[in-house]
Order: sequence, then C-alpha cells, then structure tokens
Amino acid sequence: MKFHALKKLRVIVSLLFFLLTAFLFLDFTNALSCKAVNTILFLQFVPSALLFVNLLSYTAIGFLIVIILTLLFGRIYCSTICPLGTLQDIIIYLSKKLKINKRFTYQRTYNWLKYSVLIVTVTTFLFGNIVLINLLDPFSNFGRIFSNLIRPVYLFANNVSVSVLELFDCYYLYPVNLKTFVLFTFIFAFFFLIMIIWMAIRGGRIYCNTICPVGTLLGIISKISLFRISIDESTCDGCRACSLTCKAGCIHVDEKKIDYSRCVVCFDCFSSCKSNAVKFKFIFRRKKKPLSEKEPNNKRREFLITTGIFSLGLTGLAFGKNRIEDFRKTNIPDNKKYPVCPPGSLSIEHFTKTCTACHLCVSACPTQVLKPSFLEYGLMGMMQPYMNYFKSFCNYDCVVCSGICPSGAILPISLEEKKLTQLGKVNFIKENCIVETEGTDCGACSEHCPTKAVYMVPYKDNLVIPEINQDICIGCGACEFACPTKPFKAIYVDGNPIHLKAKKPEKEILNGKIDYEEDFPF
Amino acid sequence: MKRRDFFKKGLSAGIIAGTAITFGKYKNLFAANTLPPEDTFDLVAVKGGEPVEMFDKAIESLGGMKSFVKSGQKVLVKPNIGWDAVPERAADTNPSLVTSIIEHCFNAGAKDVYVFDNTCDQWNKCYKNSGIEKAVKDAGGKIVPGNSESYYQEVEIKEGKKLKKAKVHELVLDSDVFINVPILKSHSSTKLTIAMKNLMGVVWDRMYWHRNDLHQCIADYTTFRKPDLNIVDAYNVMKTNGPRGVSVDDVVQLKSLVVSKDIVAVDAAATKIFRLEPDDIPYNTIADEMNIGNKDLSKLNINRIIM
Repeated sequence: MKFHALKKLRVIVSLLFFLLTAFLFLDFTNALSCKAVNTILFLQFVPSALLFVNLLSYTAIGFLIVIILTLLFGRIYCSTICPLGTLQDIIIYLSKKLKINKRFTYQRTYNWLKYSVLIVTVTTFLFGNIVLINLLDPFSNFGRIFSNLIRPVYLFANNVSVSVLELFDCYYLYPVNLKTFVLFTFIFAFFFLIMIIWMAIRGGRIYCNTICPVGTLLGIISKISLFRISIDESTCDGCRACSLTCKAGCIHVDEKKIDYSRCVVCFDCFSSCKSNAVKFKFIFRRKKKPLSEKEPNNKRREFLITTGIFSLGLTGLAFGKNRIEDFRKTNIPDNKKYPVCPPGSLSIEHFTKTCTACHLCVSACPTQVLKPSFLEYGLMGMMQPYMNYFKSFCNYDCVVCSGICPSGAILPISLEEKKLTQLGKVNFIKENCIVETEGTDCGACSEHCPTKAVYMVPYKDNLVIPEINQDICIGCGACEFACPTKPFKAIYVDGNPIHLKAKKPEKEILNGKIDYEEDFPF
Repeated sequence: MKRRDFFKKGLSAGIIAGTAITFGKYKNLFAANTLPPEDTFDLVAVKGGEPVEMFDKAIESLGGMKSFVKSGQKVLVKPNIGWDAVPERAADTNPSLVTSIIEHCFNAGAKDVYVFDNTCDQWNKCYKNSGIEKAVKDAGGKIVPGNSESYYQEVEIKEGKKLKKAKVHELVLDSDVFINVPILKSHSSTKLTIAMKNLMGVVWDRMYWHRNDLHQCIADYTTFRKPDLNIVDAYNVMKTNGPRGVSVDDVVQLKSLVVSKDIVAVDAAATKIFRLEPDDIPYNTIADEMNIGNKDLSKLNINRIIM
C-alpha cells in the first residue's frame, strides 16, 4: 500500500512545478527575484543543458541532476518537472472527469519516428541550428502557450479588475496594455495547444513518447534505470486496470512487461492495481530483457540511414539560412540592416543559436520591448525575441531579461556593463525630422536619450535640431520610440550583429555645487 | 427696499446662482468670501532653506493652504515623475516637498489627495525610484497610475491654436483643486521645463504636441485648465542634459522655491533663477501673448524670502 502515496506525492510536486512555472510566464510585476526564477527553472532540461554549454558552471547542472534522477528512477522528469507534461496530465484528468475519454490501452511504439526526431534535432543543433529544439522543446512550448495565449487573458482579467476597483476609488492594481502580440507566435502556440489537447485526450502522453526529444532521450536512459516499475507475475490477476489507466500506453499486461522508454513514472498504475502486483523494483534483483531487443535489426539500420540523410539535409538548410546578413535589405525606409537583440546576448549569432524561444523574457520585460520575432532573425530564428523599438524601449536601469533567461541566450550582465553595452547604433534621418520639415522645436529623441548620444544643436530660426554621437550610444531605442514622425521615424537604431562596448558619456563639469547669489534675479 | 424688489432681486440672484451651479462653476460663487485681501502676493520666491521649510514659509505668506483647499475637497497634486531616476539626480520633483504639500492639503481639510504622472520612462519604476510613491503613501495620499489610455478622456481646448483636442487624465477633470508641482530643469527641446511644460504629463498623446509646434501646444493646453497653484521645486536643479539627465554631475543646488497661482509668472521667475530670460523660452512669450498669465515680473507683487 505504501506505493499508493507515491502518486499523491507526484501530483503535489508536479502541480508545484506547474503553477510556479506558469506564474513566471504570466506575472507582469516582476514579483520574484531573478534568483527565485533561476531556482524554479533550474531543472528544466533543455534550457539547463544549453546554459551549461554556455556557462560551464555548477549553477547550470540541473539537466545532469535530471539525468541522474532518470538513471535511478526513470522518466520522473516527465511526470513532475516538465510543465508541458503536467499540462497534459491536467487535460487527461479533465477529459476523464468530463467523460470524454476514460481509459487508455497499450499502444504500439513509433520508434522510427521518435528516434529520427531526436537524432535530427541533436544533429542540427550540433551544426549550429536550434530551430528544431525551439519547435519541439516541451518547456519552450509551454512557455509560448502561457506567454502568448494565457497571458493576454490574464492581463485582460487584471485590467477588468482595475476598472472595477477604480469605481471604489482603489488604485491598488494597475492596467497593463499588451504590446507584444505577434500573430504568428499566437497561431503557432494555439495550434500546438490544440495538438497537445487532441493527443492527450486521444492517447495520453503521445507527444512525450513520439515527438518530444527530451522524452525520447530520457527514455533511452530509462532503459537502464536502477529502480523500475514492474509487474509481479505471481500476484497479478491480469485485470488490466493498470494498462487501462496508463497514459503512456506502455504496460503490456499479457506479457507482464512495461516499455521503460515510454513510462513516465506517474505511479497511476500503483493506485489502480488492486492486487498490489505493480511495484517499484531494484533492477539487480531480477534481470529483465528490454522490450526493444526483440525488434529486427534491419529496421534499425533502415531508420539510421533515413534519419542520417534527413538530418544532413536539414543542416544544409541551417548553413544556408542561419546567416543573418540576408534579410531586411530592401524597401525599408529606415535602412535597418540588423535586428537588435537584448543586452547580455553578446551577438545575434550567439543569441539565435542559444535561444529556445520560450518567451520568458517577453513575459518578464517591464517595458515589453522584447517581442517575439517573425522574420526579423530570418526563417530559422522565428519566434526568438527581438527589441521592438516601435512600441517601447529598453529601460536604462534594467537587466531583468539577462537575469532570468533559462538557456543562456541572454547571459547575466551587471547594470554597469549593460550601460556600456552597445546593442546597436543610432542613425538620424534629417529629412524626416520635425525640426526640418515643420520648422518647429521637437527634440523628443534627445529628451529620452539616457547617455545624450542624441543631443540638440542650434539650427536656423533659433531652433535646435538633433545631432548624434554613435560612440556613446547604447542602442536602447528610447530615441526611436519617442520620435513622433509618421509613418517612418527620423531616428532609429540599427542593431550591432556583435554587441560592442560604448564609450562612457562625457561629463560636463559644473562650477561648484552651490550656484546662487544672495538676492533674487528679479 | 420695496417688498416686490426684494423678491425680484432674490429671484434673479437665485437664478444666477442656480445656473452657475448647473454649469459646474459653483465654486466661483463662494470664491468672493475666500479671496485673499488685496495686498496679497502674486508670487512668492524663497531661497536658502530646505524644501519643506521653504514651502512652509511660502504657503504661509499666501494665507496657508486653506486659501486653496477647502474642507472635503478632492485635490490633485501633479509632480514631475517623468524619469526612472533617484532623487539626487533631480530629474523628478523632490519627494519631501510632495509629502509636505499633501500634508498641508489634508490639514486644510482635503478629503482625498491624488498624485499621478504620465511618465516617459517605465512608469512604475519612475514612481518607485523617484521616491515619490513612498512620499505620497507616507503622507496618506493616493498614488494613481497614468500608464493606460483608459484613464484619459478627450476634451476640447477651445482657446487652443494648434492643440484643439487632448486626452486628459480623469483626475484632472474630477478634482476640485489642481496643484502643479514641477521641478525646474534644463530641457533639450524647450530649453527649460517648469510649470507649463509639466502639464504634458496629464495628457495621453504627447507626440501630437511634438509634431505640431511644441511651444504653441504647451501654451494652448494651459488654457484648458490652469492649475490652482503652481509650486516650482528649484532646490536641486538639473543645469544640463535635461530633462532626463545622465548623472548627478548635471545637478547644482539652487535651494530655491517659487510659488504662484499665475503659471506664466511662476515660469518666468524660475527661468530667471535658471539665469535665462523669460523670452528665451518661446512658450513663455506665447502664453503671455495669449493672456494666460504675466511674464513681466516687474508688474507683480512678489514676496521674496531669504532664509
């Protein structure tokens, strides 16, 4: 009976991970410190592995712990830590409650599919293309669902509450207007969610066991895990209750066997078994042959050849398309050559090769300047966030995104460093400027500039007009955001493909602190 | 007086009063009783003290806050909270001054005191790092967001030449008393920002002003609703790199404060304190020409207090 408690424990732990992670993607108040965010996301497999590659630090060994856990107990990651896994469990729970689908059965495996997906994903990544990880990583997909679909609803509910409270003269809450909506990412996240719901209702953890590269990888490790769920042949009465409740469809009751590569260790079978035949067993007590050994060898060979060819093709695509120079060349009045990537991301190359487009930074950015891209980084960089200076600009005293990025696409950066990191350079189109076209004062760009890289100089008719100093520009986009001209701005930031160091703003030394005469000048 | 005349006069007075009340200007009816005596100052300038002490002196010489705030009234205090900067940078109004003003309002019997600004930098960071959010809460006032268009209502600016319409924060429309508390700063586009310029923080679409003759729009908007009192913080003054400033090196200590009901006069006096002439700033000249106020300080009754 003691095994029954395991399911409860699993449910509690998984909901804890789920709710905390979901909160991170919804919260617009930066309620949690960067450290708390990092702690919550420490065990997320793909981001952690990417961060480790970038930092080589013990702070990013979450994925190693997951591997060790898997070596010990199998894919408990998939049932507790992975938020997308728990999301599917919630859908499955609801579909049972609503009587849409009450039972599962043993399913055949799609080994050729899941192993090809894994191999292609890993190979393309090794060749410098992260697009498949972006599309398939469960954590990032979860993030996109919450950031792009649920967050707008959350903000709407917040804004309604604001209006209601305002009627009672209470200004405790404040409204937030969504600036980061991108149709493409919305549609992508929407269809992904629909797909997940459909798969979960139809056959439980289909996504995890046929597509998810993390699931497949951990599934391979699970085959040699020390503790395994097994069916005690002597006590099993063959009632099939375990198999009917198994959302991974991996229990073969007739053969009394479990496909460990697919078992997500949810412990549902423990609770379902009335004769206590399903148990956790230490592997060295009795040896078992893995299920897959029975499969004929030529299938494997075939599969290796096809995936090999396929992945080679994709890497070719990567080499052809991942170069950033080949877009935003024509028909653009502001002549931007590169998009701007966030401070701490080092270069467009580093960023686009490391970002899994989970959109945590999009959710957390206080000014909402980070927006999911469409084609700004090219086809392979779709959905990876960029700095959108049309709707907002980067706050001078803020490094939130660099503190929370789980994958290391945006590496930690201090405020002092950030203030001297040049993301891009300011460019001025005099012909578009109000001072030139209207002959009136404006200067909104210079007002907003935190370093005075944009400053005003005397112009005809006692006016002042902007002048720029690219050396001290950090590319925050405040000038571009503030510029009131339509439809094309008179001042804009062109991204630096590799972030540079800006010079420190020059200080004007004023004569002494106290500058007043005894009497009034009037 | 004949009985009939008495009724006639009483009736007409009643009609006038009633009409005035219906048109929402009922305050003017009772204003006669509370108008300060004739020798009251048009403008008070103080220097040499701390912000709170200087304000105490200034408001005292204008008959106390009671001359402006009546019991049970709703007051709006509008400081400059435009930038995400610490108080030492003098990019935003001195928080201790804001606290003091709110306390004076409550002592005069104000029911509620509200504070907001439509900021340039991220609004909640401005509120927090300027120290003004805490200053307002400490004094028992209400700090209100100004970050969403939903708070702003479109109004017509009848006397405006370039600015005919603007979306104005609902608190400006709802409050009985409007106290403008700018900080004197250098400004890259208008040379200086003081009281009139500070009112850009109560409207939603500032970019329209920038596109359509900024100086004229600043003067135009002032015709919509003149603040009942203008209190210019010139204690720490950003002499250069304004309005945002780069560092504390931009700041000098002038230890001054200017208070007046006349928004043009207060801007003219602050301009002089900055060592510029009122006509150096085009919106001063335009506002004076539009009879919004008086930029000629020699024609005003000024109380000069040196502490």
